Amino acid sequence: MSITEDEARKVAHLARIAVEDSHLPALAAELNNILHFMEQLNEVDVDGIEPMTGVTPMRLKRRADVVTDGGYPQKILANAPDAREGFFAVPKVVE
Amino acid sequence: MSDLNKLTIADARDNLRAGKISSAELTEACLSAIEGAGALNAFVLDTPELAREMAKAADQRIKAGDGAAMTGIPLGIKDLFCTRGVTTQAASGILDGFVPEYESTVTRNLWNAGAVMLGKLNMDEFAMGSSNETSVYGNAVNPWKVDDRKLTPGGSSGGSAAAVAADLCLAATGTDTGGSIRQPAAFTGTVGLKPTYGRVSRWGTIAFASSLDQAGPMTKTVRDAAIMLGAMASVDPMDSTSADIPVPDFEAALTGDIRGKKIGIPREYRMEGMPAEIDALWQKGADMLRDAGAEIVDISLPHTKYALPAYYVIAPAEASSNLARYDGVRYGRRAKLGQGDGIVEMYEKTRAEGFGPEVKRRLMIGTYVLSAGFYDAYYNRARKVRALIKRDFDQAYASGVDAILTPATPSAAFGLGDMSGKDPVEMYLLDVFTVTVNLAGLPGISVPVGLDAQGLPLGLQLIGRPFDEGDLLNHAYVLERAAGFAARPAQWW
Repeated sequence: MSITEDEARKVAHLARIAVEDSHLPALAAELNNILHFMEQLNEVDVDGIEPMTGVTPMRLKRRADVVTDGGYPQKILANAPDAREGFFAVPKVVE
Repeated sequence: MSDLNKLTIADARDNLRAGKISSAELTEACLSAIEGAGALNAFVLDTPELAREMAKAADQRIKAGDGAAMTGIPLGIKDLFCTRGVTTQAASGILDGFVPEYESTVTRNLWNAGAVMLGKLNMDEFAMGSSNETSVYGNAVNPWKVDDRKLTPGGSSGGSAAAVAADLCLAATGTDTGGSIRQPAAFTGTVGLKPTYGRVSRWGTIAFASSLDQAGPMTKTVRDAAIMLGAMASVDPMDSTSADIPVPDFEAALTGDIRGKKIGIPREYRMEGMPAEIDALWQKGADMLRDAGAEIVDISLPHTKYALPAYYVIAPAEASSNLARYDGVRYGRRAKLGQGDGIVEMYEKTRAEGFGPEVKRRLMIGTYVLSAGFYDAYYNRARKVRALIKRDFDQAYASGVDAILTPATPSAAFGLGDMSGKDPVEMYLLDVFTVTVNLAGLPGISVPVGLDAQGLPLGLQLIGRPFDEGDLLNHAYVLERAAGFAARPAQWW
């Protein structure tokens, strides 16, 4: 498999990282190199093998579905680049 | 007593308890060592006032007879651990000025034990790198050198390794996703332990790849690693992957007796083109363990070759998901927006200018392997290969092997800048001996064993059974004693 400039643009957009058009050829080449390296995995016979979901044989812990924390909006907002009236502020998303 | 900063944790503890030294003196010695070590760029944020306050409290606690093993011990903290009220950036521009409102479980455990924070340590951005060169603060520098060239302390916990090797602190925290504790330890002649996945809580430690990340101690000796791991580890309800297994007394496991133990030497780790001196060191290490009464056996871990490509699918995939949170809304930096820019432009510009090139590269690779149409071909296949890699280790341990001995790194520390301009994949290859351990969730430790022909430190890695760090540390203790590694970097900084 190989990534074209168009696909590199699409991946960058999916990752929400702005990439200038002039940088797309270099990016595509770099991603191709890495993917080429990963293609070694095709040599492995993985028939009948379950994909690993957790490395330790344990069940994820469960707890009662109750509120255990919260009630300090000022702390939650303390690091926001833009917070107003108890909310995170972002550019307008609805016209 | 002079040069208190050069003490080990164990010696400092004993002297503190005997009333021969105070934590205040110990802390001052470290603070002045840090002040004189700007050239190493290991500490990226000093917290001297906090350190003095914590040292004073520790001295009171010791006087009251309430001291724990780590009480009064000055530590450096990798910039990946959230520390309440103290800037934490994961060495990234995107977390510019982030001041956590909470404390990571690891550092909370350490402060509860009475340890003292000296400041935050340099690292690769979001722990992605093997040379500390992806840091927004600029690279840390290895205290070891043999000529005019400045050498890398390794990565990603490069600042931690440099600080410990240069005696700027008694020990430091590190994190290890693919070798980020063990490789820098090997490059600096120090000890680095990656615990079993689940032994140490991940809560409040900035995530890179959640199924692989594990924090651990970086210390001057194996005994110190045992002491410090005991203070870092806990069963934590805040981390759903924290194992419900009590934390034992790791130091008590250091009996120095490994008679009758079986040490596996995996044949697949004898890589083509491996430097002869690495091979010789490995043989020497095996001889030392044999002389101590262990049995050396050849083992096979047949899927070793596929660990790196599997890792470089899984880790970026998890990172692309974890790092989606850095969007310029809740914390850190937001890009300046142009007229008419909407929320998507805000995300894209913020992430383009906030992340460095290596992080962006991995986020895009991760996004690609998780995208529709490629998920099975890359991500699921890599997870299947991971299962096979773990099975290799399971089978080795089931056959009666107690620990596995391998080189820690394929070379000694290299020059800063030596890898720049090269294919990123070449840097990835440096993790060849360490990534398998993360993929299998096992504990691994790097122990300094000798010097290469130029006079730079080389380490060997021991890999243990899951949740049996005590036994692993005991093997490491025997190796450390037999190797008698006493070389120290000459102070040039």
